[in-house]
Amino acid sequence: MKPYLSIENLTQTFPDGAGGDLTVFENSSFGVEKGEFVVILGHSGCGKSTIMNILAGLAEPTSGVVVMDGQEVKGPSLDRGVVFQNYSLLPWLSTLKNVSFGVAARHPEWTKAQVAEHSTKFLAMVGLEGDVIRRKPSQLSGGMRQRVSIARAFANHPKLLLLDEPFGALDALTRGTIQDELLKIWGQMEQTVFMITHDIDEAILLADRILLMTNGPKARVAESVEITIPRPRYRTEIVEHPNYYAIRNHLVQFLGKRSKEMAGQQSEPGQSNRPTTVRIDKTDPQDDPEDKRPALRAVNS
Amino acid sequence: MYGLSLNVRAAILSCLILIVGLLVWEAAIPAQKAVGELTEYERLTGGGQPKAGVPPPSQVIVKAWEQLSDPFYDAGPNDKGIGIQIGYSIYRVLTGYFLAAAVAIPLGFLIGMSPIAYKALNPFIQVLRPISPLAWMPLALFIIGDSEASAIFVIFICSIWPMLINTAFGVAGVREDWVNVARTHELGALKTAFMVILPAAAPTIVTGMRISIGIAWLVIVAAEMLVGGTGIGYYVWNEWNNLDLTSVVFSILMIGVVGMFLDSMFAYLQRRVTYVE
Repeated sequence: MKPYLSIENLTQTFPDGAGGDLTVFENSSFGVEKGEFVVILGHSGCGKSTIMNILAGLAEPTSGVVVMDGQEVKGPSLDRGVVFQNYSLLPWLSTLKNVSFGVAARHPEWTKAQVAEHSTKFLAMVGLEGDVIRRKPSQLSGGMRQRVSIARAFANHPKLLLLDEPFGALDALTRGTIQDELLKIWGQMEQTVFMITHDIDEAILLADRILLMTNGPKARVAESVEITIPRPRYRTEIVEHPNYYAIRNHLVQFLGKRSKEMAGQQSEPGQSNRPTTVRIDKTDPQDDPEDKRPALRAVNS
Repeated sequence: MYGLSLNVRAAILSCLILIVGLLVWEAAIPAQKAVGELTEYERLTGGGQPKAGVPPPSQVIVKAWEQLSDPFYDAGPNDKGIGIQIGYSIYRVLTGYFLAAAVAIPLGFLIGMSPIAYKALNPFIQVLRPISPLAWMPLALFIIGDSEASAIFVIFICSIWPMLINTAFGVAGVREDWVNVARTHELGALKTAFMVILPAAAPTIVTGMRISIGIAWLVIVAAEMLVGGTGIGYYVWNEWNNLDLTSVVFSILMIGVVGMFLDSMFAYLQRRVTYVE
């Protein structure tokens, strides 16, 4: 059974400017289930943003296919909403208009009043209400602008929501607030999310699963780490969970050391190129340290 | 004095400059020489006529009052009110200008959207752009054969370039993110053009339109001096031939006032379409 979103043998090469080709990533395959929140972590240059653009349909891979809900991804679509790092709000439109033009594109049969009501509702879900929604984006703070962008994406109910380092340009406190809002709205909507980030703690807080990429060139998705911390998660509480630091250490180790060691290697010949699933669960009695079993079990799926 | 706002103080200063300037001008005009003191040449060129010298501002003001109190009189081909003359000029400028806009803005869109069109058309634009619009006049008169239409053509050809270049530049410079927003929302080509690219490029396009209307108003005076018949340019030249310098000075001022009015319309439009990123 194929996953809801299936990325198969994706390869991207660019001209390296010296007559040759630069292979950013090679034969990357992974899947995302419906309703899942998947975060991809990796160093700069491993092609995360390129994968994002391919999923959004804004770029075409050199080879390989992306299949979502049984259909091959070709070109951009309203089924795949994108939240860009730099918000990408249209500065000549008001906050409300920035959301409602998307809603109107999604639901051409709706009346203006329906579009406005729906847009206002989603802006309210990210805490933007009243006078604020009549303002232009230039009159909003960075955090508020990203909220608008998130509201615009969620208001369209895309089958897949792509978040490209959405909090990268925000200060730590604002980032925290909006992460909480994102979690809240995601919890209400059962939205499938694929997100890029550089921030390990953010990844653990938000994700069901974290995909780890080896360093480029010739990067690939090497591991898929399940986040075995129950929801709802709160930033102040998850650090107390026994799994938190075990998972965090694993991620830090990977990004600090193994992503470099594994760079350029393909998985074992004859094996699938799918990432190795890693499940770390200290609360699982089977994983009792007394049992002398390693806390880390690798399962090929 | 310091209790007044900046605008009020500036207005007071403007009035002072105006008054001092007019007084200096008035004082600088020598009194008319008596006929007996004139040389033969001066007599032949009409130096003895009361209108022959550069007029003092008081005369210009009297003339302005006289003209502006009845701007639309029509007493034959060489004697029409200032309002009629300016009306003709504005009609020609706007006709040529909007024809140019109708060509330049869609073409500029195409050039801005397509790198190949940009590269292919750029040499032609670069060669045609620096040609003085009046240099087209003989060719226009020959081909079109009608002086009225030739004047409009000259306005067309001079106002097309700033609009064309600015539209292409503005459209080519639209941030890719905004275009991507349109693409991820499945906006069609036409919707993307009108909902994203046009508003994004509008400040640059309107700047081009503002430069164009300024150039068009500069050129119409010269063009009308050449083609004659009607218009403010013809009026200036006709009054020069009549040696009515008071009317020349008055019409020079009117050219400035109308030019300012046209420019301020586009300044207003520019403020309307400008956005802050």
